[in-house]
Amino acid sequence: MLKISAEKLNELFDKIASQQTLYIPVDREDKCAEFKKYESGMTLSKALNTVRSAKDFFLPQTENLAEFRRSGKTIEVKDIRKESEDFVVFGVRACDAKSFEILDSVFLAEPVDTFYKNRREHGTIVTMACTRPEETCFCTTFGINPTVPGGDASVYFDGESYFFVPFTEKGKVFMASISDMLEDGDVTKLSEVQAKAREIMTRLPLANLTTDSFGGEKLMEHFNSEKWAELSEACIGCGTCTFVCPTCQCYDIRDFDTGHGIKRFRCWDSCMYSDFTKMAHGNPRTSQLERFRQRFMHKLVYHPSNHEGEFGCVGCGRCLSKCPVSLNIVKVMKALEDK
Amino acid sequence: MQEAMIKRAKELLADGTVNRVLGWKKGEFAYDSTPSVFETAEELERDFVCNDFTQANLSKYLIKESRKEGKILAFLKPCDTYSFNQLLNEHRIIRENVYVIGIPGGPKLDVEKIKAKGISGITGISKDNFTIKIETLYGTESMPFYEAISEKCSNCKSKKHVEYDELVGDEGDILNSKRFDMVEKLENMTSQERFDFWQGELSKCIRCNACRNVCPACTCENCVFDNPKSGIDQKAAADCFEEKMFHIIRAFHVAGRCTDCGECTRVCPQNIPLHLLNRKFIKDINSLYGEFQAGADRTTKCPLTDYDVNDCEPSIVHERGVE
Amino acid sequence: MQVNENFEPVIVAFCCNWCSYAGADLSGTNRLNYPTNVKIIRVPCSCRVNPMFILRAFQKGADGVIICGCHPGDCHYTSGNYFTRRRITLLYSMLDFLGIERNRTRLEWVSAAEGAKFAAVMNQFTEDVRKLGPNRRLEDLRCRKQ
Repeated sequence: MLKISAEKLNELFDKIASQQTLYIPVDREDKCAEFKKYESGMTLSKALNTVRSAKDFFLPQTENLAEFRRSGKTIEVKDIRKESEDFVVFGVRACDAKSFEILDSVFLAEPVDTFYKNRREHGTIVTMACTRPEETCFCTTFGINPTVPGGDASVYFDGESYFFVPFTEKGKVFMASISDMLEDGDVTKLSEVQAKAREIMTRLPLANLTTDSFGGEKLMEHFNSEKWAELSEACIGCGTCTFVCPTCQCYDIRDFDTGHGIKRFRCWDSCMYSDFTKMAHGNPRTSQLERFRQRFMHKLVYHPSNHEGEFGCVGCGRCLSKCPVSLNIVKVMKALEDK
Repeated sequence: MQEAMIKRAKELLADGTVNRVLGWKKGEFAYDSTPSVFETAEELERDFVCNDFTQANLSKYLIKESRKEGKILAFLKPCDTYSFNQLLNEHRIIRENVYVIGIPGGPKLDVEKIKAKGISGITGISKDNFTIKIETLYGTESMPFYEAISEKCSNCKSKKHVEYDELVGDEGDILNSKRFDMVEKLENMTSQERFDFWQGELSKCIRCNACRNVCPACTCENCVFDNPKSGIDQKAAADCFEEKMFHIIRAFHVAGRCTDCGECTRVCPQNIPLHLLNRKFIKDINSLYGEFQAGADRTTKCPLTDYDVNDCEPSIVHERGVE
Repeated sequence: MQVNENFEPVIVAFCCNWCSYAGADLSGTNRLNYPTNVKIIRVPCSCRVNPMFILRAFQKGADGVIICGCHPGDCHYTSGNYFTRRRITLLYSMLDFLGIERNRTRLEWVSAAEGAKFAAVMNQFTEDVRKLGPNRRLEDLRCRKQ
């Protein structure tokens, strides 16, 4: 297997960055990780995951769509679409890599979202295998193997060296561009590290969580459950869970009056907000209970029903650690399961 | 403490004084808890929790709960009673429908501070004098207790309950906190340094509105940022101006009403020190219009709905401190 | 700081209907000059100025914002300007805390008889803001004119 030693990792980053834009997770002052554009001297974060998910690269929080300008009685519409530049995202975890598949099933289905597609085609995802899963992790519930993270190419770390394996055409091109820095390496230690990680996965507090009670066919049973009232009681209606979630994909389209024209942009929306899907007649979900239910029904019932059984959650655990009142999908699943 | 609380709650449920109990419910892990309403003794036995991590301020839930049928028992920490009092001043809570038991406050711990030490895979946490022992998937770790104390408790302003029906445990005192130190440090920076500091912090904002929604002083039925008729409703900060606008207005709207309970900073998923904005207003109010603590009593007028003919002019801002 | 000679700042002046707006009128009838950079917005009372107005003025391209009202004690509504004074002091202090240049904001009391003061204040304020240059720290990039 091809590898590069840990000391040389930054040289590798420099080389990638000299060819195209590179994003890596780095530690902030508050010890939380976030993806940043690589600049020489940055160190790769050791954190398991970033606070914000990697979906930002393909579905940014705000994105301009078009501009309008009025002159006399005509309105000029300006298409401001630009071809995205090639970029590499390094260090994406298996859960986020899987979330791209879920986003693809929404945005690349007809009618194709060309803004999303543009970014997706130009981005190369280099994933990194997990060696230290946290207590909030439950990706295995959704059939994800964090020790084989997928993406265009994968990186495995054995404590001393980083091993590279390509999966897709894009991944092979990426590998070719750095091949002169890689050398053949022995994988004995790597297999040990992998085996240890797999063993820990079985001991995770949430390892026994299953999706058996969920899916498209459980629609009415869960929708009408009496548990929602109690579950949603403490929800403060903020958008934290939806904004840190790698698979939440709802957005709103808005116009902004700049004083000399109109900018049309889209931005993330949250089903937790009181004005979510507000229409001329008003709002279809008037209580926090309904909004709360919407989010989890979407992940566990509506999404699998519309996408061949694929759940809309990847078990990254971000909502578990970030919810201000510790409400999360795991609590919902356990409560609904409990007959 | 937890046992004493459950015992008293069961008594009050049994004798019909209250029909519900507002407290915290056990979570999945050693450190998470959810504010919850308990209706029976069995629920209390099974799920009620009060430990080093039950930080959430319960007073805001009482706006809704005090409008329901019957009386509710609420466990409030000292800082929560200030919020409770402030909400009473603003006629947001129906006092007759709430039975308040004051419980000792912190220092509460913040699991984020433990995780910031690089400790991950936490499966259990126990306290041993001044050390906390953390069981993880990767072995046992320990760290000094004080290093894990949450931001809101590390600068505690008061351990005194300002409103309650009865107390569990002893009454504390108003403390001499150093809570304005960081504000002062920023004030002594140059204007450019301050700008860079806040630009860095506020650009992390994802506009989840958690700081606003959790705030016991933010009780508008329809927030200006959610109201399409206001002309400035936003769902995301599309420009760094909008980040600043949101946070200035959020802090300004609670100026003079903010009790400095620290919930905004606690809930921020991006760890933005939002309490500094509120404390700046509190510090200014204290120094310009006399010492004032929101929620401390039921009679003092809020400084922004009051005035004195001899108040200083706004030009004072131009004259003091560092440009 | 380098001063751009060609820079013409946009100044938004919120003037109370009863004193300062009349003061502006008087400075006009007295043929006193004040810069055309100043755009006056008439408000019923200086107390009508919501902090959001000031931020929005900066967002939409103002380089400086000044609020003018009746002298303390002379408010048409008895006490409006006393509330303004507290509110605006705190807001300006907050803007300063966030690193916004403090000379971009001002509050002046101008009575209906003070036409000369109005012109002098506007001249001075415009010059102060001109020295600071364009508003960059509290601007909305989308609103910048290309």
